[in-house]
Amino acid sequence: MRGTLRELVRYPSAVAGLAILAFLVAISVYAVVAIPYAEAVRLWSGGEAVWPRNPRNARPEWLNWLWGGRLPRTLVVHSPQAPARERDLGGGVRELQFDLPFEYRYRRFPTELAVFVYADYREQAPQLDLSWRTPTGSELHLADLSPRRQDVYRLSADAELRRNLGGAPEQTLFSAAGRPGEAVPGRYTLRVRAFLFEPGSSVRVELVVYGEVHGLAGTDHLRRDLLLPLLWGTPIALAFGLLAAVGSSLSTLLIAAVGAWYGGWVDGLIQRITEVNLILPGLPILIMIGTLYSRSLWVILGAVILLGIFGGGIKTYRALFLQVKEAPYVEAARAYGVGNLRMVAVYLVPRAIPVLLPQFVTLIPGFVFLEATLALLGLGDPVLPTWGKVIEDAYRAGALYVGHAYWVLEPAFLLMLSGLAFTLLGFALDRVFNPRLREL
Amino acid sequence: MAQAVAVTAPRGGVRQHPAARVLLYAVTRLVALLTAVVVGVYLTILVANMGGYVDQIKRAEIREQVALAVSLNEQMQRLPADVRERVAEQMIRNEERRLGLDRPFLSRSVGYLRDALLLRLGFAERMTSDTGSRLVRQIILDRLPATLLLFLSAQLLLFFASVAAALALSRRYGSPADRLVVALAPTSAAPAWFYGIFLILVFAAGLRWLPFGGMVDAPPPEGKLAYAASVLKHMVLPLASLALSSIFLSVYAWRTFFLIFSSEDYVELARAKGLPGRLVERRYILRPALPTILTSFALGLIGAWTGAIVLETVFNWPGLGRALYQAVGLYDTPVIVGSTILYAYLLAVTVFALDIVYAVVDPRVKVGLGGER
Repeated sequence: MRGTLRELVRYPSAVAGLAILAFLVAISVYAVVAIPYAEAVRLWSGGEAVWPRNPRNARPEWLNWLWGGRLPRTLVVHSPQAPARERDLGGGVRELQFDLPFEYRYRRFPTELAVFVYADYREQAPQLDLSWRTPTGSELHLADLSPRRQDVYRLSADAELRRNLGGAPEQTLFSAAGRPGEAVPGRYTLRVRAFLFEPGSSVRVELVVYGEVHGLAGTDHLRRDLLLPLLWGTPIALAFGLLAAVGSSLSTLLIAAVGAWYGGWVDGLIQRITEVNLILPGLPILIMIGTLYSRSLWVILGAVILLGIFGGGIKTYRALFLQVKEAPYVEAARAYGVGNLRMVAVYLVPRAIPVLLPQFVTLIPGFVFLEATLALLGLGDPVLPTWGKVIEDAYRAGALYVGHAYWVLEPAFLLMLSGLAFTLLGFALDRVFNPRLREL
Repeated sequence: MAQAVAVTAPRGGVRQHPAARVLLYAVTRLVALLTAVVVGVYLTILVANMGGYVDQIKRAEIREQVALAVSLNEQMQRLPADVRERVAEQMIRNEERRLGLDRPFLSRSVGYLRDALLLRLGFAERMTSDTGSRLVRQIILDRLPATLLLFLSAQLLLFFASVAAALALSRRYGSPADRLVVALAPTSAAPAWFYGIFLILVFAAGLRWLPFGGMVDAPPPEGKLAYAASVLKHMVLPLASLALSSIFLSVYAWRTFFLIFSSEDYVELARAKGLPGRLVERRYILRPALPTILTSFALGLIGAWTGAIVLETVFNWPGLGRALYQAVGLYDTPVIVGSTILYAYLLAVTVFALDIVYAVVDPRVKVGLGGER
């Protein structure tokens, strides 16, 4: 084993493959430790409610290096603890005024504007009056609200405001009169005047100026941070690929050994089942299982393993075992009375490991991509955040057509990376274990 | 598969005439493959009907339709409630009998199997062909040309290109081109649709040179030449993604295969005799490799069908693969079973033909039934 490893590190491709694998494993460990499974599922399937302050379809933040910092980041402005002004209007009515100033430094417009309101009251909700001050000092009235206890006022979705401003609020509010195409950098202020009708009531306001970039990975159309599925997709992809490859190749090996050793009707039966399996259309059956029975990743995994057990590999292994069966050491073992099962498990199967291992490693990417394939067809696991799901979401939301390249390329890059890692390693293993290939 | 041909010596001392042996072998293989087709198709029928569960969905649908029909019918509304109930029940029973739902699923499934094996594909439940026909045969025949056009041309192009490239590389292995192919071989881990998405992103969305998908411009151009040109333009990206996903691995595999052959003693001898390189290649390397080349070509052709499902979906290619995907989404079992049986028959016929070709062509293959049982 140690010899193999030493020989393996002589191949640069093996070293590269192992390095990538180590990186992916590190990501997996980090993902599983940092975000527990239940939390990951909650964050992923929660949708907008979980990520209200994330912009939609934001690009990753590091793209700003290429863009020279021109892509606006999301700004969250909290209302100050103490109001700027407080007046008692009599009759138990108070008027509070908050100023939410912020510095806008970009020439590109924000993508959306929203005001989050947290009101604390018993029966009568406060009244809010929102107005907007531009850097030049002009002030305009935005809206009057009577919010619930927790409310969001999306300026960008307010049709009346849009009509009054003569354009999308997130653009008109930031542009100067003569130059409609770009935002004017400077100090903007959202002024909130709140009328409270109850003695104990209070109100807190938060302005969110949604930008065009978010985090390391960007966000999707549901404001979900793509870092989550990219991180969590790694352990899922590795587990799916490994389990499917282990499950199908080990069982294939065992069955081939049993068939070759016992011969007769056992062998015949195995051959027939292999032929039936060849006729069965694999992907359509998986699609049917996904559509008709269950889309759980683990059910699909089971089906993949079942379909793979009697795969084409049986013929290769069988031919190998038929040779091994005639080897002198097997005859010797038989002479001193080794039982059938022991013969298969201890004398035959280990002989196939050199053939098995490279094949097994090169099988894995196929399964990793299979998960993505099923997801692309809309049969991905409904709750798990996987790379395939991200590609599917992007594909369905038309990311290819509107140019949200990051959305497709990030999961695709990781898929490619893991595929490459296993194939590079597999190719090198093949050369180590099958010396005939070595000089070629 | 072709490797199934056992390489063991014939059992016993009885010498048969070679032709009789080949015939006997052919019959055994035929029976075995037909059994496999029957079992495989039956399993598909079971899965596609969810072991009978689709029946329950259909029953519920009938019940709903009848209830709706009754509630919309004024004359029915005038009947007393219990009479109306009885009439509705009768309507449900009639409809169930019409669809054969009154018999247990297992007995019907045997009927389905018989129909499928005899290629009586029947009527689709929800899908229609382009001409509006519900015949499964018509639906499949509608879509088949598109799939054949794309995958046959892809397979032919790829196959000949990769064999030719592999031969060229095997002539001078170790050259930069050879190293490049070896280094690029792992890129074939990704399926064709994966590259398809990249290509769409670059050439359709980015550069706007080529269409996003589909088979022909809408509306289809007038004139045969313009039509063909439009189809060709739509074929570029799917073909390129198929090529990207397999070319390097297949060149690598063939190259290794040819290299192994060219290190055989008889090739060395031919070279030592001073035969020209081309001749050695043709007679001493390609000729003995022919059965393997044939097998890989034929099986690759059929195997491409499975990949068609995703690639056709990504590129909106109106072929059989996309039809099958739609059929699964619509629970349209007759279409699923129809395309499966087509696939199974094609595969069985190919495997059988390959077995026979092997037995006839390859003198090393001793047709022995001993290893087969």
